Amino acid sequence: MTELDPRAREEAVTIFERSRDGRRAFVAPATDVPEVPVADLLPASQLRERPAALPEISEPELVRHYVTLSSKNFHLDEGFYPLGSCTMKHNPKLHERVAALPGNARLHPLQDPEYAQGALELMWRLQGALAEIAGLPHVSLQPSAGSQGELAGLLLTRAYHEDRGEQKTKVLTPDTAHGTNPATVTMAGYEVVKVGTAPDGGVDLGDLRAKATDEVACLMLTNPNTLGLFDRNIEEIARIVHDAGATLYYDGANLNAIMGIARPGDMGFDIVHYNLHKTFTQPHGGGGPGAGPIAVSDRIEPFLPSPQVLRRGGDNGAGRFVLDDDRPKSIGKLRGFQGNFGVFVRSYAYIRSLGADGLKDASQVAVLNANYLKARLAEPGIAEYLSIAFDRTCMHEFVLSGRGAKEKLGVRTLDIAKRMLDYGVHPPTVYFPLLVDEALMIEPTETETKERLDDFADIVRAILEEAAADPEILRDAPYTTPVRRLDEAAAAKRPVVRWHPPQV
Amino acid sequence: MLGAIGAGSVDELFADIPESVRLDREIDLPAGLSEQEVYEHLAALAARNRHADAELTFLGAGMYDHYVPALIDNLLSRSEFLTPYTPYQPEISQGGLQVMFEFQTAISELTGLPVSNASVYEGPSAVAAAGYLAKLETRRTKLVASRGLHPHSRAALRTHAVGYGMDVEEVPLTGEGATDVEALAAAADGDTAAVFVQQPNFLGTVEELGELAEAGRRTGALVVCAADPLPLGILKPPGEQGVDICVGEGQTLGNRLDFGGPSFGFFAAAERFLRRMPGRIAGETRDVDGRRGFVLTLQTREQHIRREKATHNICTAQALNALAGVVYLSWLGKRGLVELAELMLRRTHHAREALGLEAINPGPVVREFAVRVPDLEGLFERARAERVNPGYRLGRDYPEYGDGLLVAVTERRTREDIERLARLVGKPAGVAA
Amino acid sequence: MAEASYPEDLKYHAEHDWARIDGDQATFGVTWYAQDALGEVVFFDPPKVGAQVAKDQAYAEVESVKAVSDVFAPLSGEVLEVNEALADSPEQINADPYGDGWLVKVRLSDQSEVDALLDVGAYKDLL
Repeated sequence: MTELDPRAREEAVTIFERSRDGRRAFVAPATDVPEVPVADLLPASQLRERPAALPEISEPELVRHYVTLSSKNFHLDEGFYPLGSCTMKHNPKLHERVAALPGNARLHPLQDPEYAQGALELMWRLQGALAEIAGLPHVSLQPSAGSQGELAGLLLTRAYHEDRGEQKTKVLTPDTAHGTNPATVTMAGYEVVKVGTAPDGGVDLGDLRAKATDEVACLMLTNPNTLGLFDRNIEEIARIVHDAGATLYYDGANLNAIMGIARPGDMGFDIVHYNLHKTFTQPHGGGGPGAGPIAVSDRIEPFLPSPQVLRRGGDNGAGRFVLDDDRPKSIGKLRGFQGNFGVFVRSYAYIRSLGADGLKDASQVAVLNANYLKARLAEPGIAEYLSIAFDRTCMHEFVLSGRGAKEKLGVRTLDIAKRMLDYGVHPPTVYFPLLVDEALMIEPTETETKERLDDFADIVRAILEEAAADPEILRDAPYTTPVRRLDEAAAAKRPVVRWHPPQV
Repeated sequence: MLGAIGAGSVDELFADIPESVRLDREIDLPAGLSEQEVYEHLAALAARNRHADAELTFLGAGMYDHYVPALIDNLLSRSEFLTPYTPYQPEISQGGLQVMFEFQTAISELTGLPVSNASVYEGPSAVAAAGYLAKLETRRTKLVASRGLHPHSRAALRTHAVGYGMDVEEVPLTGEGATDVEALAAAADGDTAAVFVQQPNFLGTVEELGELAEAGRRTGALVVCAADPLPLGILKPPGEQGVDICVGEGQTLGNRLDFGGPSFGFFAAAERFLRRMPGRIAGETRDVDGRRGFVLTLQTREQHIRREKATHNICTAQALNALAGVVYLSWLGKRGLVELAELMLRRTHHAREALGLEAINPGPVVREFAVRVPDLEGLFERARAERVNPGYRLGRDYPEYGDGLLVAVTERRTREDIERLARLVGKPAGVAA
Repeated sequence: MAEASYPEDLKYHAEHDWARIDGDQATFGVTWYAQDALGEVVFFDPPKVGAQVAKDQAYAEVESVKAVSDVFAPLSGEVLEVNEALADSPEQINADPYGDGWLVKVRLSDQSEVDALLDVGAYKDLL
């Protein structure tokens, strides 16, 4: 396979190994106060004996090091990124410009609200827009990420029940749930009870009825779910959950499918979290930052985190925006300050750019793109090996099973994914959800063109043809990447999680 | 496209959504705007914020006005760092993974603890995450927190502890604004999962960390120290003083103020907690051709694998913010970090003397100190008129310091700036140190 | 990795564990099928010596890179010894699941429980 020859690759060198004694980038400002010896200002017990072994490096070499590293990342601005459940939509460049305005980027979080009216107004407007999109009236922007939003949701549920004198011990999660749901349940002090999936991919109503006892505090649900399917029984689910006296929690990871079309609040959800880094296009940054605001119904509102951004006074510019921390029933603080404001700026810019019609259009195109790609991947030459897990109209994403490829070609989903790297696309999410054998979860998003989707379908077909000819091509892939398959078992057995200077 | 799908219209694709839960109107939001209009709207909002370059600020209390070098803006704006997802495919994510590994190394160096994760959301929730580790490790029921811990950290700890089924007991400060070691020793008992202190503490006091740690360790509790990474350039590392877990807010390392976020939190610990750590961890390994590379490792701790038994529910790092952190530390370098910390130390002590007010914490301080201001509101009124922000009113969080002002002095506040604040306080300028 | 094998002299538990019984003591481990399903083992989290294990209950964990699996006790008793060598070379569970890959030695508290375990034929029928 001569075309697979690896390109020249350089051995990785850390910034610490580039360090040479005496080099530097930083020049300290002049000392303009008396040079009192440090030992006179700090107790001897608290003096550092040797400096931290940070790199010593010049600015040009520092810049080259990180630019070289950056070239080893695949990224959304480079190519197709159909990573299911992650909503890798385009990140408009305007957002970086507005987030960097000094009035935003250089604003201290404890500035008197009187001198932060623009920031508070932006937060207040974003709260209003998110509330309208979810169909729930009260929003807290505070949670740092979806996972922290989930924890907030369950702590709110606990506070709500305790306020009513109720003791509940269990939280229901579908077996298709994101791992964060059960992990959150445990952190919030509840016991996880799994609810099964019906043959159509939705919640098994019989199982739900049997498990929705008065010990249940909440059902956490994603809708559309992690199979990319909208649960047609959502109203019945809400009835069962509410009749049991529990709250209904909406994991907003998949909100991108339904903006302007249907609202969690109208479906009966009490608490929703949004992933601003997914639906509202905060750049993922290689795994953060994000933000996970929540919206709640009236009965949950008294317990929302503190502080809340409120507007006091009249409309038309007369009102003042305040940070209200006089919230006696509040669950308190999940984190410091007001949340990830820089993310709010970008998401607010996004919502204003698209507007009501644009948001609906985004969801429609996301669903159209997913169904188109699903249809392309259902063609002969592909479908025998990668079959749709639940053959229904999907929403913004869909799940294929690689069982056919495993049985007929002897290649696993992992091998197919690794070969995609050589073709310059990011693989879908693999091996999730857990109930689909050899799963590939594909979410193209609305910002991809038909040509990109067609290219991807052609790549999948080409890879399967390669596998039919010689499965080893896939099993040994990738070939053209900065490194090839890495020994993850060795990394886990004898973890090396920091650089150590060589022993002299 | 609809032809390939076999659908007559886009609406058909939404047939699974029952009519009764469809929105029968447009969402009530303004129509979309052009890029230019959005820019102008957001610029107008931003212009109504008095930011740190638009005044002379001594405000800190957890986030600080440090100088961020230009190369950080430049590197962080690269699409290669800005727009990838979490590095689940290591072969095409070596840049991000190596950054995490370098970040972990730098945090390990600063804290004196051997293992660090690739970052968590931010400071106060990192404190709460340490509480969860302590619960899982010890199965004890109580957390003991010094009142020198940032009020937001204590609040986040209380909020999370409700879920953990744990109580939080607070330990008072002494008359000199340091944690009362005897009160800490009295509060920590056999039910205590962890004790929490902060270095320097919220008032800027340099704590006797070793003594505090010892008071906690005697009971078998874990010792958690929230630390500010910049002063750690000159302070004895927590890991050398009996601290099990060191967490903190990373904003001071090359991150913007951003009205409170995003920044990053760090989480470093003794080796024996490696498999109980929250969040992402990068590890070094080799590829099939023997080349050095990096992967996310020990993922069996995490929610996507261990689910309800996970060490935490977090599924992100603050990768981009942590990148700023490690670039900043590399830019400062081994000597630069010390020079910067020493400059802050000297200016802080100089400022405390220059203001000539009664000190709440008269002992060693770095970057921040607390004073009593007889006419606190008057000072704010005079200062505000001159676009000076004197600092943080302590009374909000500490009723005992109702007239207290917390003053932060970063490397950006010159002697001249300090003298300007001193004049506003009503004291003569140029007090000799 | 070893070829599929299920020794005749062992007793088996349906959760893919085996016991080698020696008087009132037994050695426990996981079967070839279990280690194969898990993939390369990277970590064994053992119980403490002296701990009580109960038949059909999880007493330890084995981890691969992408999975965690509970290990179930085929019989009840007190842990006398854990295989310390697995801390450095957990891959022995893959390489030699019935030999160097043993997990714990246990003093049995109820030898009558042995009757409920499967012989090799019955276990193979489950696979």
